[in-house]
Amino acid sequence: MWIYILRRTLLLIPLFFIISVVVFSLIHLVPGDPIDSLLGPGSTSADKVELVKAHGLDKPLTIQYFVWLKNFVTGDMGQSIIEKQPVADMIFYNMPFTVRLGLASLFISFFLGILLGIISAAAKNTFIDYISMIIALLGVTVPAFWLGLILMLIFSVMLGWFPVSGSGSLETLVLPAITVGMGGAGLIARITRVSMLEMFNKEFVLLLYAKGLSKPAIIIKHVFRNALMPVITIFGLRLGWILGGAVTIEIVFSRPGIGNMLLSALYRRDYPVVQASLIFLTMAVIIGAFIADIMYSYADPRVRDVYK
Amino acid sequence: MSILQVKDLQVEFVVDKKKVRPIENISFEMNAGEVLGMVGETGSGKSLTAHAIMGLSSLVGGTIGGSITFQGRDLLLLSEKEMRSVRGSQIAFIPQNPMTSLDPVYRVGDQIVEGLCKQVKIGKRQAKQQVIELMGKLHIPKPEQVFQQYPHQLSGGLKQRIVIAMGLCANPSILIADEPTTALDVTVQAQIMLLFKEMTSTRNIGLFLITHDLGVIAQVCDKVAVMYAGTMVEFGEIREVFNTPRHPYTKALLQCIPHIGMEKGSLAAIFGNVPSVDTYPSGCRYHPRCSLRDSLCEQSVPMLLQIEGDSRVACHHYLGKED
Amino acid sequence: MTEYKHKPPWVVVLQRFSGNKMGVIGTILIACLVIVALFAPLLEPYSYTEQNIAIANEPPSLNHIMGTDDFGRDLLSRTIRGARISFVVGVLSVLISVVIGLVIGAIAGFYGGVIDLVLTTIADLTWSMPAILIALLLVAIIGAGLESVVIAIGLSYWAQYARLVRGQILSLKSAVFIEATKSMGASDYVILFKHLLPNSLSPVIVAATIGIGNAIVLEATLGFLGMGAQPPTPSWGAMMSNGTAYLFISPWMIIFPGLAMMITVLGFNLFGDALIDIMDVKNKESN
Repeated sequence: MWIYILRRTLLLIPLFFIISVVVFSLIHLVPGDPIDSLLGPGSTSADKVELVKAHGLDKPLTIQYFVWLKNFVTGDMGQSIIEKQPVADMIFYNMPFTVRLGLASLFISFFLGILLGIISAAAKNTFIDYISMIIALLGVTVPAFWLGLILMLIFSVMLGWFPVSGSGSLETLVLPAITVGMGGAGLIARITRVSMLEMFNKEFVLLLYAKGLSKPAIIIKHVFRNALMPVITIFGLRLGWILGGAVTIEIVFSRPGIGNMLLSALYRRDYPVVQASLIFLTMAVIIGAFIADIMYSYADPRVRDVYK
Repeated sequence: MSILQVKDLQVEFVVDKKKVRPIENISFEMNAGEVLGMVGETGSGKSLTAHAIMGLSSLVGGTIGGSITFQGRDLLLLSEKEMRSVRGSQIAFIPQNPMTSLDPVYRVGDQIVEGLCKQVKIGKRQAKQQVIELMGKLHIPKPEQVFQQYPHQLSGGLKQRIVIAMGLCANPSILIADEPTTALDVTVQAQIMLLFKEMTSTRNIGLFLITHDLGVIAQVCDKVAVMYAGTMVEFGEIREVFNTPRHPYTKALLQCIPHIGMEKGSLAAIFGNVPSVDTYPSGCRYHPRCSLRDSLCEQSVPMLLQIEGDSRVACHHYLGKED
Repeated sequence: MTEYKHKPPWVVVLQRFSGNKMGVIGTILIACLVIVALFAPLLEPYSYTEQNIAIANEPPSLNHIMGTDDFGRDLLSRTIRGARISFVVGVLSVLISVVIGLVIGAIAGFYGGVIDLVLTTIADLTWSMPAILIALLLVAIIGAGLESVVIAIGLSYWAQYARLVRGQILSLKSAVFIEATKSMGASDYVILFKHLLPNSLSPVIVAATIGIGNAIVLEATLGFLGMGAQPPTPSWGAMMSNGTAYLFISPWMIIFPGLAMMITVLGFNLFGDALIDIMDVKNKESN
């Protein structure tokens, strides 16, 4: 089991290289460059050439990449061309906000999703089933930003329960987290429902009844545990989606975070910032999936042996 | 002495707004220390009968009719809660497929203990001890180790023994085994059958053995019930039924068994197909395949008549004549 | 003797589908969308581009059931026209995803080995990345606009179809009927196109139905981020994005397109879910 973990961790290194190359290439495929944002009106082309040279953007792409790589592995993530700050500082400033939002959203989507899924399964094909499924689907049928704006309209403006924007307190976290969380709840609810229903067809459930166990005991101790397997599998994958959702929601609610930072950097072609943020996000997704794998093998004994 | 009397048992389902009776007219008795075999083709209603006795039919939406008298009480009149206290502790069930009957996420020993603690008032530690002892008696090698294993780590034969241990651990009066060896290979089958015989006599349990294998019936059973298309067509002592079968289906079945010394030629088979639940023939369900059929057979269902002691037969044409 | 009445498989599917209430609702919703999309010019009370600053930002009224936007355009007409755009965007982008996914999945599943390993890793990476990020980058590269959005969305979602197809082909590859076909001398291409692919299609179709919904939603998000359709194109996403600035003044600009999208995507999801339910039953029954 530990060998497996070691192997997977080592795999992350080549993965990192590949991703950094891909991201680098893609970013530089985007037309435009950051220098244009820096130039004020009345700049001459000479000014531009000077600035380009100053930022090392005149060198061939491969050289630029290796320069970046060399700096990165020695801990220097570069300097934001637009903000004139070390990229590392920017990331470390913004990261906690995004992490907080991500975790809160993850929690909400799982909690809500599993709850709705169980309710649906228990009351199969009744009115309650349909209502829960539709609530769960809400997060998928509309764009997150719309949901966020509507929630903001209702709960911030009309009811005044939560602040419209900002960060730093629990209240500012609620609406954004619910917005992102609902996006994930749908899939989880669906999977939970299907899984729970399948459980009742499983043969070992018959034996559990035959042993004289009561229905609640059977559901809680056995059915639930088994039904959760598929839900756990997508746990790590949800992380990717949460991070994706965070991008738009940080903008809607004017929250600081990696998403917000990435977007403005992208608009202004701030290469170092975009590079670092995208790599950070990608690696976060991959590591999340990795952790989910380990969680899953802990939960399902059958899988543990495969990893030995 | 008789511990189980089943009378006119039937189970009804509503499928696609139609009422169907997958099993009906089932009547028989079982005594302590006796092995009763129920034999029939796949789909003849054997498992359903077992489920009905355990009161599990309602799980899948069926309504049970008739009476099932166990130790003086009619099981069908019991509340679900009372039935729960009967299940496992007094009437135990061993399901068909050991591969899929165990919860994959819990250790096997814990699963047996779980049942035991529910059925008998006993502490966990003591239960564990008893279970390990029982596993030893069932010839499970290194029981303390096997106790800690997960189902997927055990062979089919071992899993079956675990499931048997689950059935026996609370010392029930009746053990229902639903095709306990169908999923296992022949050598293991023989061992399991010997085990059953051993357990039944030492504990004076009534064993209700369901199988489609006539060979198994011949080996182990004292009495046999023959099922066809959801009805019981014949019932009696094993020697009588095998030597002097009375129902045309039983006769045909026994003729199909190949034996050493028979002439070379094609194997005997019964013409036709077993009807499915929604296409049961009118009258006697066997009549389309029976050489003795007449208009009476098409119209009316033959009652399960008691003849000579425990024997029963359900056929219009049985008049004491042996073919 | 009783006879078995055989019903052709599509009749069975249809029967089961009509018994599934959610699926029927989904179908009705999709049908509504298609009708609105097809007959948009006939259904619109006003021209969707007609501006009238005098009545800008008016709340819903008898004249303008959904109100007007910041240029005085009738929202109902624009929403109706938007149905057409969303439908086309959804279907086209899913088409692109499915084709790419089919090809890659088929190659990976069929040839196995190193090719499979490489393709699967690429697919896994693409799949675990949030589609919005991929699409965002792609649109940034290609340039904003509805066409780029369609292509970008198509390129973001192919991985799930590839996985589905690959899975199906892997399990079918060793099926007995394939062995039989091979032993009769059929070439790789024949096996792939005539046998493996057609049998892999059903999960893909189900995923595609739900995928259309996802694509419609993604288009809106891209629009919100400034990458989508350009004015005056009334894609729902553009309308919602435009209306953000007026959220507190004239919220109907955002609410109605959003509701329209919700109903539409709900329809696709219910339809797809019903298909899943039916296929499950088919699988269980054949056991």
